[in-house]
Amino acid sequence: MSDQTLQTRSAPVATQATAGRFGRLMQRSEAARGYALLAPSLIFLGVLILVPFGILLVMSFWTASGFGFDTGFTTANYQKFFERPIYTALLNRSLFISGMVTVFTVLLCYPMAYYVAFHVHRHKMLWIVLMTLPFWTSYLLRVFAWKVVLGYEGVINSALMNMGLIEAPLEFLLYSQQAVIITLAHAWAAFAILPLYVSLEKIDKSLLEAATDLGDGPVRRFFRITLPLSLPGVISASLLIFIPTTGDYITPALLGGPDGAMIGNLIQKQFGPINNWPMGAALSIILMLCIATISLVFILLTLFVRKRVS
Amino acid sequence: MSGESYIRRPNRPLQIYAVVFLILLYVPVMFLPLFSFNDSLYVRFPLEGFTLQWYGELFQRDAVWNALWNSVRVGVVVAVFSTTLGVFAAKAITRYRMPGKGPMVTFIMLPLVVPLIIFGVALLVLLSQLGVALSLYTVAIGHMIVCLPFSIAVLIPRFEGFDASIEEASADLGENAFWTFWRVTLPMVGPGVVASLMLTFTVSFDEFILAFFLSGTEPTLPMYIWGQLRFPQQFPSILALSSIIIFVSFVLVFAGQWINRGALSGSAKGSVS
Repeated sequence: MSDQTLQTRSAPVATQATAGRFGRLMQRSEAARGYALLAPSLIFLGVLILVPFGILLVMSFWTASGFGFDTGFTTANYQKFFERPIYTALLNRSLFISGMVTVFTVLLCYPMAYYVAFHVHRHKMLWIVLMTLPFWTSYLLRVFAWKVVLGYEGVINSALMNMGLIEAPLEFLLYSQQAVIITLAHAWAAFAILPLYVSLEKIDKSLLEAATDLGDGPVRRFFRITLPLSLPGVISASLLIFIPTTGDYITPALLGGPDGAMIGNLIQKQFGPINNWPMGAALSIILMLCIATISLVFILLTLFVRKRVS
Repeated sequence: MSGESYIRRPNRPLQIYAVVFLILLYVPVMFLPLFSFNDSLYVRFPLEGFTLQWYGELFQRDAVWNALWNSVRVGVVVAVFSTTLGVFAAKAITRYRMPGKGPMVTFIMLPLVVPLIIFGVALLVLLSQLGVALSLYTVAIGHMIVCLPFSIAVLIPRFEGFDASIEEASADLGENAFWTFWRVTLPMVGPGVVASLMLTFTVSFDEFILAFFLSGTEPTLPMYIWGQLRFPQQFPSILALSSIIIFVSFVLVFAGQWINRGALSGSAKGSVS
């Protein structure tokens, strides 16, 4: 509505400039101008996301033969996935590790986001920047840092040995699922904090006062007001961590060892040393379907629970 | 006012938790610079002594400078292109009502969530089917997929934070769409644009997963580091290189966020009221 004034006033100038049917359409329709501005980004991402995915999907029904592909349509790759236990085992492990990472990260980040949303009144901006700063910096280097910390002769082991607390290095630190979970949780913490913070910050403080005035203690108040109202943040934080971490392969490659390998490593190997691209494509498609299904179930489940509660 | 007191009352345990949380967030990364000055081939306590040897060694290597130059070129191109597209997209998303906006925004933000390995292999498959040779260009295209959503996410609060009527006033005073954008909109969202440039540059500069699949014979800096991780004798110089990268990234991101801080606090205020 307010844009209407802008359009009518500037219309003569701009029609002179463009003076075409297209130009007039731009002037008349707010939506058309919006689409025009959004179009470059949409087309760019559309072409670079949808087309590759389409080809990936097609390729997953091919088979590798020698250095090329046999482009005959077959579901052999998908059959192979379900026949060989190693594939499903790796997928399950990836989902398990990501699930653990999600739970830990959200649990650990929630109090932090809560603190900044409710108890920081000065320099709030500084806190937010400090919390999210590491996220923007090299993922590879953050993983590398954990290798230095957890390594066989790394920070923790050598420090403990120096203090005489242990005789030999603790071997379970590096090359284990725990190492992968710790590293991923640390690396993705900032991604969880922002949605949690935003949802907590939005909560109307007078609701908390009302609850207190009506006799709720801090604990009841938290579970009856704060937690339910911040649930959208918890949901988006969980998804924002769970989805990307399932496909991770750097952390397991550097810190996982044989027990910590994930589906991402398998996909990477299909496109690298194993050189079976169609199988890699099929694994990628399976991973995506898996993630989409789990996310959907998770969202529906939380919506259902929320309805039951309220 | 007294009603505020029991909610605003400082919570000591929570405060300690927050400080410990922040420290733990930074400590692992800080071991990299610590050991990069350590006069030993091995990363372990006790520290042997202070040295700048590893940094000196680094600067003598042509491969490092090449990789750095590659990363900078890719980063600058990616930052400029994704921020340019991002400004238009963010303006469209915040200023115009259009059908189907929600799904479109979700689609644009998809690369922030989908595992990057999927984008990496999908693009690799596309490029190979098209017969395009892998190069720094293909890396840049891959990075744009990630950086564009980041840029838009940084810019949206900026556009939300300033009053659209200022643009209307400019139009009413006789400026056309281009000059309104150039003289009113851009200066208002300027800090957001600078922040977006710095953040997208850093994301591209540090990005590894897409570069892993999409780079050809010319490595970016993270790719170079990955290649060197295999050689134990290179460990200290990689620590030195990592420390420099982390330091530069921290400075860039902090500066970017700081320049753009009005947008964040503005949107926070907006959401409270």
